Amino acid sequence: MDAVQKDMMERLRQDILRMQGQRPVTAQLNEKVKLGPVLEAFPHKEFPTGAVHEWLSVTPADAAATTGFIAGILNGLMQGSGACVWISRQDQLFPPGFAAFGLEPHRILFIRLKRDKDICWATEAALQVAGVAGVVSELSDLDFIVSRRLQLAVEKSGVTGFILRQKPRNLTATACVSRWQIKPIASYYPGSLPGVGVPCWQVDLLKIKGGKPGSWQLAWKDHAFRPLTDTSIAITTPLRKIS
Amino acid sequence: MGSRFIAIWFPNLVSEGMLRRHCHLKGIPFVVAAPDHGRMRITAVGPGLQKQGVHTGMAVADARALVANIEVLDDDPQLPIRLLHRLGLWCIRYTPTVATDLPDGLLLDASGCAHLWGTEIKYVETIRDRLQAFGFTTRMAMAGTVGAASALSRYGKQQVTIVPPGEERSVILSLPPAALRVEETVRERLQKLGLYTIGHFIDMNRSVLRRRFGVELLNRMDQAIGWKEEPIMPLQPVEPYEERLPCLEPVVNRTGIEIALKQLLDNFCKRLMSEGKGLRKAVLKAWRIDGELQQIEIGTHLPSRDAMHLFKLFELKIEQVEPALGIEVFILEAPGVEKIRSSQEALWHHSSLADNRLSEFLDQLTGKLGQGIVHRYLPDEHYWPERSFKEATGLTEQPLGEWQQDRPRPVRLLKIPEPIEVAAPIPDYPPMHFRYKGKLHTIKKADGPERIEAEWWISEGEHRDYYIVEDEIGARYWIFRLGHYTGDKPHQWFLHGYFA
Repeated sequence: MDAVQKDMMERLRQDILRMQGQRPVTAQLNEKVKLGPVLEAFPHKEFPTGAVHEWLSVTPADAAATTGFIAGILNGLMQGSGACVWISRQDQLFPPGFAAFGLEPHRILFIRLKRDKDICWATEAALQVAGVAGVVSELSDLDFIVSRRLQLAVEKSGVTGFILRQKPRNLTATACVSRWQIKPIASYYPGSLPGVGVPCWQVDLLKIKGGKPGSWQLAWKDHAFRPLTDTSIAITTPLRKIS
Repeated sequence: MGSRFIAIWFPNLVSEGMLRRHCHLKGIPFVVAAPDHGRMRITAVGPGLQKQGVHTGMAVADARALVANIEVLDDDPQLPIRLLHRLGLWCIRYTPTVATDLPDGLLLDASGCAHLWGTEIKYVETIRDRLQAFGFTTRMAMAGTVGAASALSRYGKQQVTIVPPGEERSVILSLPPAALRVEETVRERLQKLGLYTIGHFIDMNRSVLRRRFGVELLNRMDQAIGWKEEPIMPLQPVEPYEERLPCLEPVVNRTGIEIALKQLLDNFCKRLMSEGKGLRKAVLKAWRIDGELQQIEIGTHLPSRDAMHLFKLFELKIEQVEPALGIEVFILEAPGVEKIRSSQEALWHHSSLADNRLSEFLDQLTGKLGQGIVHRYLPDEHYWPERSFKEATGLTEQPLGEWQQDRPRPVRLLKIPEPIEVAAPIPDYPPMHFRYKGKLHTIKKADGPERIEAEWWISEGEHRDYYIVEDEIGARYWIFRLGHYTGDKPHQWFLHGYFA
C-alpha cells in the first residue's frame, strides 16, 4: 500500500468516525486525560470527549471502583477550573473522597432524583449545556432510544457523558461510544510492606467505536493512571549514602 | 404632579361586615352589642333600624322596647380591623399604597393612578360602585392632602367629593372642627368659644391658637391645607422592584397569561439592565375578579435578567394559576435582586460554576422537579465523616478551608452504617474476615485503626475505630468498631464505605 492509498484510508476512517458522531477532539484538552496504555485503544489515540460512555458495575465495590476511575478522568477534563454534574438516585457519594482523585469536590454539582424518568430528563438537559466539563448519570436501565437521544445531545454541545449502570438488567446495544467495566483488584504496595496500597483496577474496555477493545490493569498514583507493571508506581524511598 | 389622596369612610362598617358574613340576617332587624357596666350596650346598628330610633350607645333593653323582634349579636372588637385590612388589600388593585384609617376608614394614595381609569371622577366612582356591590355604604373624598380628604369624606355634603388641586383650604372652611381629627377636649373648647366651623378660626393668629388649643390643632390644620406632609403607612410595603399590568378585560386563558407575563418580564428586564442587576427570585401575582390571589414563584441560581430564560422558568408553572372568572391585575415582584458581576464568558472557554448556561440549566431543573435536588458541598471542619462536609448556600460560595487529603477517605459512604459480623483475632487488630449481607469477605490487607471521636459538643456517642480493609478479590471497604472492647458486652462492627 503506497502513501496515497494510506492517506485515503486514513481520510475515510475519519469520515466514518465523524458520521458516527465522534468529533476530532481538541488536542490541548486531551493531553490531560492520562489514561496511559488505554489510549492506544481509542480511534485517535485519545480519550473520546463529546461522547457518551457506558460503565457497567455489578457489586457496590465495582460501583465504587468505577466512581474512582471516572473521577480520575473528570480530573483531566475539568482542568482544575471546570464544573461537572453528577446525577444519582441514592445519596451515597462522599464528596471528601473525590479529593484524592485531584478533583475539587465543590466543583461537582450533585443532583439527586428519585425516578428514572426524571434522571433521563435531567441527564439530557445537562448534556446539552455546553459549559459543563462532564456529566455523570447513575442510570441503570439504558435502552437504545435513550442512549441515542443522549448521543445527539452531546454531538451538539461537546460535553462528555458517563452513564453509570449499576446491576443492569439487560445489556442490549446502545448508541454509546464505548462500554467499560471496572473492577477492583488487589492494591499495590512494593515489596512486602503491609497495609492497603494505591488503588488498582481491572479495566475492561468491552466496546469502542472505531477502536480496539482490550483489558488492562491500572493503578492510580500521583494524579494519573499508570499501568500496574510500570515501575513509576513504586514508592520512591530516599537513598542514603553509607559512609 | 401633586399628590392625590382618597379617603373612604365606611359609616356602617361593622353592621355591613356582619351582614356580609351572616347572610341569614338579611331582612331581619339586628344590632351588635357589647357588655358595658352590667348591661348590653349597642355598638353597631343594622340597616333600617336607625329610622326607628335605635342608635349606638343605647341599651339593648331600650332597643327591644322600640323594635320587638330584634336580633342581638356579640361584638367583636377585632372585626373592624380585620375588615379594613381585607378591604385595604383588595383596594391595592387601584393603587399600590393603601393604608387603614382606624376605626372605620381607608386611605389611598392615588397619585398618578386616576388617569388609568380616564378621569378622577370615573376612578372614584369605580371604587365606590365595586364597594357598593360588596354591600358597603361608603362616603369618599379625593383631595391633595390626607387631612382634607379625610375631613370631606366624613363631613362633606355629597357621597363623593373631588377637590381640585390647591382648593383644599377653601373647601374645608365650612366643615366643623371635628373634621380636623382633633381630640375631644379641644373640640369641646372650640365649641364653647363659638367656633363652630374651621373657617371661624383658620385665619386667627397662630400663636393665640397654639396657646389656647395646643400645637395639635395647628398641625392638623397645616396637614389639611397642605403646608405640612402627612405620611401614611401602607398595608403592603411597596416593593422596590415591581411591575404591574392591569387588564382591560379579565384574562381567562393561558395565552393571555403568557402575553401578560412576557410584557411584564420585558419591562422588568429592561429596568434591571439599566441598573446592572439581575433577579434571584421573582413572584407573579395574579389578582382575580373574585378577589382571590393566585401566585407563582421562581428562583434562579445566579442573578439573571434574560427575559427568555425567566419566561421559560415561569412557563413550567403557569398551569398552577387558576384564572376562574378572570384575572384583572398582574403584578411581577422581585424580592431578590442582586448585582450582576460583569461576565467575560466569551473570552474563556473554560467551564465554570459561574457560567450562565449552567445556572440556567439548574433553574430549569429545580423549576420542573422541585427545590432541594441540587446539592453542592464545601468542606467543614469536623473529623466525623458524616459532618466533614456541608451544603453550600449558592453556586458562588467558595470553601473557606481545604479539602482534607491527609487520610484516605472512601468515594462512597453509606448514609447509615450497616452492621456486619466480624471475626477479629485480638483487640485492636484488624478483623480476619467479615460477613455482610450473608456474604463472607476474607481480609487480605488492612490499615488502621484510625480513631474518630464523636465530637461530644455536638452529640453524645462512642468513638469509632476505622479500618481500611481489602478482601480476597481486591475490593476495599471502610469498616469500624464502635467503642472500646469490653469483656461483658459484644462489640459492634459496621460497614461504612467503599474505597475506589
